Amino acid sequence: MKTRTIRLGAGAGYAGDRIEPAIELAARGALDYLIFECLAERTIGLAQQARAANPDTGFDPLLGDRFRAVLPACRAQAVRIITNMGAANPVGAAAVVRDLAREMGLNGLRVAAVTGDDVLAEVARGHYVLDETGEASAALGDRLVSANAYIGAAPIVQALTEGADVVITGRAADPALFLAPLVHAFAWADDDWTRLGAGTVVGHLLECAGQVTGGYFADPGVKDVPDLARLGFPLAEVHADGTAVITKVAGSGGRVTRATCKEQLLYEIHDPSAYLTPDVTADFTRVRLDDDGEDRVRVTGGTGRARPDTLKVSVGYRDGYIGEGQISYAGAGAVARARLAGDIVTTRLGLAGVDVAELRRDLIGIDALHGAVAAGRSGDPYEVRLRVAARTRTAGDARRVANEVESLYTNGPAGGGGATIAVREVLAVASTFMPRDRVRCRVVIEEA
Amino acid sequence: MILRDVAHSRTGDKGTIVNLSVIAFDERDFPWLVEVVTAARVREHLGTLVDGEVRRYLLPEIGAMNFVATRPAGQSVTRSLALDAHGKSLSAALLALPLPER
Repeated sequence: MKTRTIRLGAGAGYAGDRIEPAIELAARGALDYLIFECLAERTIGLAQQARAANPDTGFDPLLGDRFRAVLPACRAQAVRIITNMGAANPVGAAAVVRDLAREMGLNGLRVAAVTGDDVLAEVARGHYVLDETGEASAALGDRLVSANAYIGAAPIVQALTEGADVVITGRAADPALFLAPLVHAFAWADDDWTRLGAGTVVGHLLECAGQVTGGYFADPGVKDVPDLARLGFPLAEVHADGTAVITKVAGSGGRVTRATCKEQLLYEIHDPSAYLTPDVTADFTRVRLDDDGEDRVRVTGGTGRARPDTLKVSVGYRDGYIGEGQISYAGAGAVARARLAGDIVTTRLGLAGVDVAELRRDLIGIDALHGAVAAGRSGDPYEVRLRVAARTRTAGDARRVANEVESLYTNGPAGGGGATIAVREVLAVASTFMPRDRVRCRVVIEEA
Repeated sequence: MILRDVAHSRTGDKGTIVNLSVIAFDERDFPWLVEVVTAARVREHLGTLVDGEVRRYLLPEIGAMNFVATRPAGQSVTRSLALDAHGKSLSAALLALPLPER
């Protein structure tokens, strides 16, 4: 067992995240591992749709860009990379990285793909009840697009043990991407709930990258953060007992303070004494955060208990269309004209017999974000933007909703400007649960 | 006085569930915040922005509370017609909560 600290860097907090902070971490973070978390609930369903259309796709569209940016520094400094950018096609993603490594002269790079999270066939034929709707998965029929189990750290640990320099997964649980290198480096037992819980706390703090270093935090005059345009992404110095220091590369933008860590600790948490992951039921309630110098926060007290018996499964399904249009009004009477415009659209959709399942009208600048809760608290704004969004069964009806907003130009109130329209198919995501033994993971390693 | 004067907040989302942290700027204010920022007050303040019960969890080690609520029907992140489909801006609504003078 190694007794030194392990340094984990977070290179991305979502699929479209900035690329440069990861380069900075790879070059100057003295990292052991660089980890990219790029898979939101819906992303994998969209990836599955892309793969169905073209079998050579289905992984993160920025995969090549991110690896091209960091591979040289990672190879030079022996930094291993772990990511869920494989999305619906980890094997295809690994082939892309292998080819890219050869092209860049990085021969011998070992790239692992972890498969097994895709449980679409099982969910399509088995009886699984969707948590959100109470509907049986089989009832979705041909609307079912994807089903992916949240897998844990074990197959990633296996890939690292087999010597992978790069590990690419599909739907691994976000904290598992960070927990795996700790389990590997410190040889934590797979029922060492205290350490697995502590490692999960570290993973949770890192998984949204810039959200713990001052991103999504600034509120001028109340909570100021320097240099957000050059925000540094976080790294953790983790000890064998699971305690850690969260910090960032010296000279990068942002801040690491107890306050930034507290906000991220509770981000997307329900019961903080029972944060359910495939690896452990983590307990955040005794976590302590202490100052350890400038931009350094010490994290202790994370713990846990036995993991759940089932794995959460994200189920993606087609759920109709959304048609949306927006148009702006300004100056005296702007709000009255925007309200009139909204009334006209509603009436038109009725007259035209457009089949609308649900319709929503917002006045951006007044009630779009917090509705009636906030509306009427202050006087009319100088300018306001009408937004109409409707759920429809067909793309044609969605387009008609959008067009009714655009045609307010020539048929609606005076002075409407800046109309925009959008039509999209809805890929809804619901959850179900699956016994662990029905999810079998495999590791495939390719060498550049 | 409003909550924003003494605490900060971040909203998180998972499907139809939303969570809102309330973190004391000064941890000495935490016991008082526990008294005045109850689940019932938060429920009343958020009105139609959430559905059903609001649950509160306490994290005294870091001077923070976590409020968990369900979003109105149809407002899951992936299906919502709302401009802010995630509900990420809800923390700003919560920080406007009026507090009694001490």
